[in-house]
Formats: sequence, structure tokens, C-alpha cells
Amino acid sequence: MDIGFIYDYLIASERLGIWIAALLTLAIYSFLYKDNPIYRFAESLLIGISVGFLLVTTFETTLMPKAFEPLAISFTGIFGSGGFGAFGSFLWLLVPVTLGLLMFTRFVPKYAWMSRVALALYIGFGAGASIPANMQSYILNQIDATIRPFLAIDSFAAAVNAAVILVGLISTLSYFYFSKAHTGIFGKAARLGTFYLMIFFGATFGYTVMARISLLIGRLTFLLRDWLGLIS
Amino acid sequence: MRSLLWFSVITLFLSPLVFGFGLRVADYPNDDGTRLVISWEKLPPPELEAADPDSYILERSTGSDGDFAPAAVISKLDPTLTTTDQDLNKDEKYYYRLSCTSEGIVWVSEPAGPYTPVENWYNTGRTNVLIGILLTGAMVGWFISQGKKGRSQYLRPIAGLLALDEAIGRATEMGKPILYSSGRGSMNRPASIASMNILGSVAEKVASYGTPLIFPNNDPVVTAVAQEVAREGYTKAGHADKYNSDNIYFVTDSQFGYAAAVDGIMMRERPATNLFFGTFEAESLILAETGNSIGAIQIAGTDSSIQMAFFIVACDYVLIGEELFAASGYLSGDPQVVGTLKGSDYLKIVIAILLVIGALLGLLNQTWFVNLFVTA
Repeated sequence: MDIGFIYDYLIASERLGIWIAALLTLAIYSFLYKDNPIYRFAESLLIGISVGFLLVTTFETTLMPKAFEPLAISFTGIFGSGGFGAFGSFLWLLVPVTLGLLMFTRFVPKYAWMSRVALALYIGFGAGASIPANMQSYILNQIDATIRPFLAIDSFAAAVNAAVILVGLISTLSYFYFSKAHTGIFGKAARLGTFYLMIFFGATFGYTVMARISLLIGRLTFLLRDWLGLIS
Repeated sequence: MRSLLWFSVITLFLSPLVFGFGLRVADYPNDDGTRLVISWEKLPPPELEAADPDSYILERSTGSDGDFAPAAVISKLDPTLTTTDQDLNKDEKYYYRLSCTSEGIVWVSEPAGPYTPVENWYNTGRTNVLIGILLTGAMVGWFISQGKKGRSQYLRPIAGLLALDEAIGRATEMGKPILYSSGRGSMNRPASIASMNILGSVAEKVASYGTPLIFPNNDPVVTAVAQEVAREGYTKAGHADKYNSDNIYFVTDSQFGYAAAVDGIMMRERPATNLFFGTFEAESLILAETGNSIGAIQIAGTDSSIQMAFFIVACDYVLIGEELFAASGYLSGDPQVVGTLKGSDYLKIVIAILLVIGALLGLLNQTWFVNLFVTA
């Protein structure tokens, strides 16, 4: 085949992709004016493609490697050389697969209650697994990081830093104490905590807005350079 | 003969892991049975003192006379005299030896082993985590029992929750729906669980007023749970017939696909009240700004610290951090939820005390106290 033809084909398909991306970008941005049919088309397209993508990736990365293939291997193993061991692993695999299938009972109102078993296990496991992780990362590690600087105070600045963090942590904790009204000295401590929180929110707001502006610049660069060729 | 046998057994018991060139193999503590720690004497061995090579090969085999394969390269300058062999099989027996080829001399130590990595059921490096959980659990259990006995448990008011009735009432008066979103969290996240608790109370209230509740979802499992919770809320209010499961539906798991869909729903359905409770990411400002542009009263609550700032600027009321978890206790008045909240409150007092003690002992250079909070 002619190399020049392939090159032209690739260039043309790339140009087509850029045109589609650019028009869909403008369609989404048209929402800034008001809701309109072009935006609705882009919205529906995005949702449809993402759901289709979800279905395919779930099948490829979850159902096939974690359910269908292991089940098939262990099932054939029962009749092969696997024997009792393969039968045991087949039964082990059946437990999560059955729990997953229970979710489909939601489509039959009479048996919909059965899906609650799978849901309860899923939520219970999630909540239980997160408790030790949260205790470690949000409490013990934070206490350690707050008081460890006091072991290595070698300057006035280090002392101020350690004290600012300690006072900030205790005052912010007092803001999130719900068993007492924010009055008196406790109220003042909670008030100080809100100042710390506001500083945090201001910093994160500025930081994230900066990141969003860079996203906008990236999109505008795409439109002006890749699509319209107005900038180099 | 018997004494010789006992001698052999005792010798084997006392030094079962010392072989060849002082190679020692030990189980890696607190792991899942996939690692062994190998240590050695100071290099070089007597046979190689003249050549004094720069590096040696640590070799591994699953049989003492089997094929040894390189497991690690050891520098003679390694001050630790120790290495960790990883990705092993807990059911396998391993042998180790050191080897070196230098200036025509091939040197191989006697193999050390066999040794099998042990899977540890209890991580001793996380005993402090266990103590923390037990302490918190005990406090929560105590306050739950107090609540069940009918003891009054005061909780200070939170502005965002006080406004919830007003927001629902406004939607009812205007004859417009209420839009609810739990963001992008999956159902095993604490914020999603808290969101479902709040949804139960909201569903109970809107059922009484007959106000439509729309809940587009980002996760199929959250959808299923939300439908169950809302149905229960409507049933509790005595209006099970008004519950419409079609109003609580899955949209897409795509972050910006979800944001685009909820924005479109806001523009078309024009809800009078938007409630955002759960885990939110970059879509938070997109949703809150669109809600603001249609004039909806908005209440948000999230554990996503970065997104709180966006909700604060675009919403009328915001539940900051743990206020989201407190909300379900306020709204339901359930002794179990309120007891959990009281227990976590007293945990905060314990933490504050530990911080002050830790800072004072830190100033006195008492490292032992600080090390109590180090986890493996």
C-alpha cells in the first residue's frame, strides 16, 4: 500500500478527532450561556459513552479475571487432577459470586430483600476495614507528627512552628466538640479553631483554583493551537 | 546414644539458623509470610581476605543441593550486614548462600536453611491502634448504654442542620423538587454511610410534605442503598405509597459525566433545594455553582477537606468535616448514633490531653512517649 496514502489517512483521522473534540468542548461550554439542545446532546453523549465504558471495563477487569475465569478453571479442575482441592476453591469462589448475584434480586420485588444481605456485608466490611486505617492515619500518626517536633527544638522559629501547630490542632478539635456549647473560654478556643479552618480553606481554595485555571488554559490551548492553529 | 541425640536436638534448637559463613535467616516480623531477613558476618570471609571483592551474590534455592539463583547483590560496605528477601511463598522451604568470584577464586558459603516464612496473624507494631480502637469502642459503648437508659445527651446546635427544615419547607411552598447528591463516594466510605443516614431523615420529612426528592447517583451500590433508605423513610412517615424509586437512579460512574448530568437535571427540573452530603471531588464547585445560578437554597457537607472551600463559597450552609457525621445523630436522635458522637467527643479530650503531655515530655526530650504513637 502507498505510504503516502497511509500518512494522509492518519493525518485526516487526526484532524477529524481534533474537530470532534473541539466541537464537543464548545458544546459543553455553551452551558455557560444557558441550557440548550447542543449541551444536552454533548451531555447525553458523555453519559452514554461513560456507561458503555464502565460496562466493558467491569466485564474485562472484574467479571472475567475475578469470577468467570477462576470459576471455569476450578470447575474443570474438579473433573481433572484437582480433585477435592479444586472443589474447595470452587466453593470458595461461589460465595462472592453468589453474593454478587443476590444484587440482581432487586429486579424482582418479591425477592428484593435478598440483596440486602450483599449490601450489608459490603457496607459492614467497608466500615470495619476503615476503622483501624483511620485510627492509624488520622489519629496516631497525627499525634506523632504534632508532638515529635518538640523533641528537636533547636531554634526560636522551630519552637514557634511547633507551638502554632499544637495550638491549631487543639483549638480546631475544640470546634468539633459537640457536647458543649461554644461559650466562655471553650468558645474562644473554638473561635480560634475557626480561624485556623478559614486559613486552611483559603489556602486550598487558592491552590485548587490555580489548578483549575491551568486546566482551562490547557483547553484553550487545544482550541487555539491544535484546532484553529492561531498560536504556535 | 540418647544423650548424643538430646545434644543434637538442643544444639539444633538453640542455633537452627546459623549455617556456613555465619549466615542467619530469620522471619520478617509482622508480615504476611512473604519475607525473610538474612544477615551475615563482616565481609570478606577468610578465604577472600587477600582478594577483598567489592560485592557478593546472595543466592536462594528451595533445596539445599538444588539450583541456587541470585536473590540480591551485597556490597562489602553495607553497614547493616542485613537484607530482606521479599515476595516469597509461605509454604516453601528456602536455603541461602553467599557466593563470589574474584581473581579466579570461586567462593561459595555453606547453604543456610531450610527456613519458611511465617504469616503473622497479629501485627505487634499496631498494638497502639488496637488500644485506641478499644478505648474509643469502650467510650462509644458507654454513651450508647447511657442513651438507651434515657439519660439526656446534649449536642450543640449546628446552623446547617437547623436550616434543613427551612430548605425542605421552601421547596414544598414553591412546589419544586429537592435534589440530593452523595457525590462520588462508594458505599464503604464513612461519608457515604453518613449521607445515607441523613437521606433517611430527609426522606421522612419530604414524605410528610409530599415534596419530590430527586437523587441522581454515581455508584450503582449507593443507588441500591439509597433506594432502600428512602423507601424506609417514606414508610416511617406513613406515606410508603408516595415513594417513587424512579427518582433515585444511577447516572454514570464518570466524574464529569455525572457533573454534566446533575447540572442538566438542575437546569431542567429547577429544584428549590439542593442537598450535597457525601464525598465530593472536583465536581463540587460545578454542582454548587449551577445550583447557585438557579437560585436554589443549598446545604452541603463533606469530609473532602479540599472541596469544603468550594462549598463554603457557593452554598448557603455547609457542614464542615465531622459535622457531616454528627448530622445523622442530630436528625435521627438515635441513641446509637448520638452515643457514637459523644464517644468521639470524649476521644477528642483524650487526644488533647495526650498532645499537651506529649509536647511537655518532648521539651524534656522524653522520646519514649512520642514513640508510643509510632505505628508499623
